[in-house]
Amino acid sequence: MAVYLLRRLLQSALVMLAMSVIVFIGVYAIGDPVEILISPDADQMERERAIKALGLDLPLWMQYLSFLGNALRGDLGRSFVFNEPALQLILQRMPATLELAFGAMFIALLIGLPLGLYAGLKPNSTGSKLVMAGSILGFSLPTFWVGLMLIMVFAVQLGWLPSTGRGPTVEVLGLRWSFLTWDGLRHLAMPALNLALFKISLVIRLTRAGVRETMLMDYVKFARAKGLSPARVTYVHVFKNILIPVVTVVGLELGSTIAFSVVTESVFAWPGMGKLIIDSINVLDRPVIVAYLMIIVLMFITINLLVDLAYSALDPRVRLENK
Amino acid sequence: MSQTQMQTTSMAATAAAPTLEVRDLQTHFFTRAGVVKAVDGVSFTVGRGKVLGLVGESGSGKTVTGFSILGLVDAPGRIVGGDILFHGQNLAKLKEEEMRQLRGNRIAMIFQDPMMTLNPVLRVDTQMIETVLAHTKVSKEEARQRARDTLGMVGIPSPDERLKSYPHQFSGGMRQRVAIAIALLHRPELIVADEPTTALDVTIQAQILAEVQKLCAETGTAMIWITHDLSVVAGLADDIAVMYAGRVVERGAVSEVLDQPLHPYTHGLIGSVPSRNKRGEKLRQIPGMTPSLLSLPPGCAFRTRCPRAQEDCARDPALSELMPGRLARCFHPHLAAQGSAVRGAAAEGNPA
Repeated sequence: MAVYLLRRLLQSALVMLAMSVIVFIGVYAIGDPVEILISPDADQMERERAIKALGLDLPLWMQYLSFLGNALRGDLGRSFVFNEPALQLILQRMPATLELAFGAMFIALLIGLPLGLYAGLKPNSTGSKLVMAGSILGFSLPTFWVGLMLIMVFAVQLGWLPSTGRGPTVEVLGLRWSFLTWDGLRHLAMPALNLALFKISLVIRLTRAGVRETMLMDYVKFARAKGLSPARVTYVHVFKNILIPVVTVVGLELGSTIAFSVVTESVFAWPGMGKLIIDSINVLDRPVIVAYLMIIVLMFITINLLVDLAYSALDPRVRLENK
Repeated sequence: MSQTQMQTTSMAATAAAPTLEVRDLQTHFFTRAGVVKAVDGVSFTVGRGKVLGLVGESGSGKTVTGFSILGLVDAPGRIVGGDILFHGQNLAKLKEEEMRQLRGNRIAMIFQDPMMTLNPVLRVDTQMIETVLAHTKVSKEEARQRARDTLGMVGIPSPDERLKSYPHQFSGGMRQRVAIAIALLHRPELIVADEPTTALDVTIQAQILAEVQKLCAETGTAMIWITHDLSVVAGLADDIAVMYAGRVVERGAVSEVLDQPLHPYTHGLIGSVPSRNKRGEKLRQIPGMTPSLLSLPPGCAFRTRCPRAQEDCARDPALSELMPGRLARCFHPHLAAQGSAVRGAAAEGNPA
């Protein structure tokens, strides 16, 4: 186990290094931030001073090396726009995005698993056909449109939920969270549901496919031949088997939810990382873009590792030992 | 102690009656392509401590018969006729919950492929203990004790450690022993074994056969051994029922049927088994293929492949007692082979 973890960490470091090169060169290739940052009527002297101050006069490889050196010391550069450390800027926004993403995942599992189980156990019933048809809507309706509709119905027409923003926050472990207050939860409900819609459909379909496949296995019939109650067969023998693919996919989805919740954050004016990165791209705030991408890479690596660990806990045939 | 006594008295009372009597069982599958009569008139009895060999080709309805007895036939299939009398109680008419209480408790089943019958993500102890707890109110510790003892009984070394293992840590033969142990947990009165040794290699097969035979004799368990392997039946079973296209075509004591088959199909089956006495000879085979259950010919289902078929075979032959204790479903059975000279030849393994 320890050997396995060590090897995974080493692999992760290599992935991070490779990604940093790609990200740095990629960002370097798009446009010149000086054109956007410096007012058009600045003279040549001012321009050159600014370029020098931002370190943009050095050749690419030197810029990269100095970025790398700083990054190893935990410094991912200062935002051109906010003149704050990019890392700090992103971390400030992170709790908002995290609670949105986890809220969405929670809703997806809470709704998706039971519905998928039902649709899988009774594939020919009208109810399960409705569930499956509904899941197609979840897949195909565009997020921004559903978001706007939610605001129209629940905020404007019915007035049950606030339309935008994050609501009051409570500070726990030095970070500001809103899901701990009732009003914060009310603010969280709609954006989380909007973000969850696609994932609900995904979980329903995964669960249903898993149930239908597992129900045909000999070990399910054997479990019934042992005289177990139908509930025990379903919730222990079948459920534990279908959790394996669900955990894998949901884990990987969690990463992309955190990284790309941009649309939902924009629609609901949710002050998270997604909104920050869009703003930064608009003004070519290179350090923020690079720092954001590096954090996302790190996050994906971590989530993948956790998924693998969860996978081995669920499936005894997969053991993370090197023999 | 008192439990054993109770068992003996209840068994003394029912000693005369068979453990299981299946009468004209019909299990049909209602598919889009039509009604598949997988089991269409199967009758047999199994007595206490006896082994019945249920023999036939793939698709002859052996397994569906087994599932019907346990009430495990899934949609689109269902039992449409006949009685399954277990100590006089008709299982075909039982409610699902009453059936569940019998399953794994008084009637157990062993499946064909041991690689598939144990749930891969649950430990062996979980899968055994839940079976104990499904039918008796004992503490988890007692249930574990019972699981351990039963594992030891079927010849699994160091059962305490093995209980904590997952199925993939066992070999195929060991897994089948675990499955057999699970079937034996409640000392059932009837075990339906669906080709339990087919997926195992020959040495393991012999070991398991010997142990099962011993267990049956010791506990008085009746057994239905479903197989297509006549040599297994010859060594293990007391009675034999030969199935073809969903029907029992011949029934009788195993030694008599194998020595002197009455039905041409049984005859063909025995002829197609390689044997030491037939070294160098060409194996005879039954011409043609098993007919599709969707389009069975009217009358005797075997007549299209039967060397003795005549015009009257277009009518349906009934399963009738052609000789004392010998039933067959045929208008033209091999009765000519009754002469003592031919019997002698048959004893040498050359039934003709």
